[in-house]
Amino acid sequence: MSVTITDSDISPGDLATAFYADNPHGAVTTFAGFVRDFNTQGEVETLHLECYVEMAERVLSDLGAEARQRFGLKSWQIVHRFGSLSSTTPIVFVATSADHRAEAFSACEFVMDTLKTDAPFWKREDFEGEQQWVTVAARDVDRRRRWDTKDPVS
Amino acid sequence: MAIRVKFFSLIREAVETEELTLNFDAEISTVAGLKSFLGERGEAWVEALSHPNLIQAVNQRVVFQEEAINDGDDVAFFPPMTGG
Repeated sequence: MSVTITDSDISPGDLATAFYADNPHGAVTTFAGFVRDFNTQGEVETLHLECYVEMAERVLSDLGAEARQRFGLKSWQIVHRFGSLSSTTPIVFVATSADHRAEAFSACEFVMDTLKTDAPFWKREDFEGEQQWVTVAARDVDRRRRWDTKDPVS
Repeated sequence: MAIRVKFFSLIREAVETEELTLNFDAEISTVAGLKSFLGERGEAWVEALSHPNLIQAVNQRVVFQEEAINDGDDVAFFPPMTGG
């Protein structure tokens, strides 16, 4: 069980390999998110990710603990970047392990859907000399809300 | 009473301030009171702290603006979060 907030590069492959070795339970799910090289207006050159680090550590630790309790996880890990990132750079890595795949898949999705709207990070896209703060997507709000009322595992 | 106040993203840009340490008398007892106090700094502050989607946190937890603030607290103001 761990949270890492860092302004250094992360390697999802290395993180996954280490998590598999440390947590050889029945089912392990991993997710990695990368900077897209486009937005609705064209090519994104750089993504700047601002972070309230102390709060992010607290929110993500609470989120991992909630996922563990809700889905009966054996273990979990959340790693999140901040700072300036070029396109195709890894932003986030989440791993969950459980006795069975349904719990591992659902917990990983729950963590990602919640993290998108509840963890104190703010994305700013730089493109063609302009800077623009990313606004919350309606689909992200919808995906977050469904966990308030629905438990896909049950 | 002393508190730290932090601003992030477009709220930080609007008030041109990352962080403040404030010392004041105890008549400011809630986040709403703190917003009114900060609004005395000028129109940019009033506008930023009236942002329709403004989120406030006390000691790293999201709260309603009626939340009490106490000596030593960390308060933060920011727009909706876009992690992941």
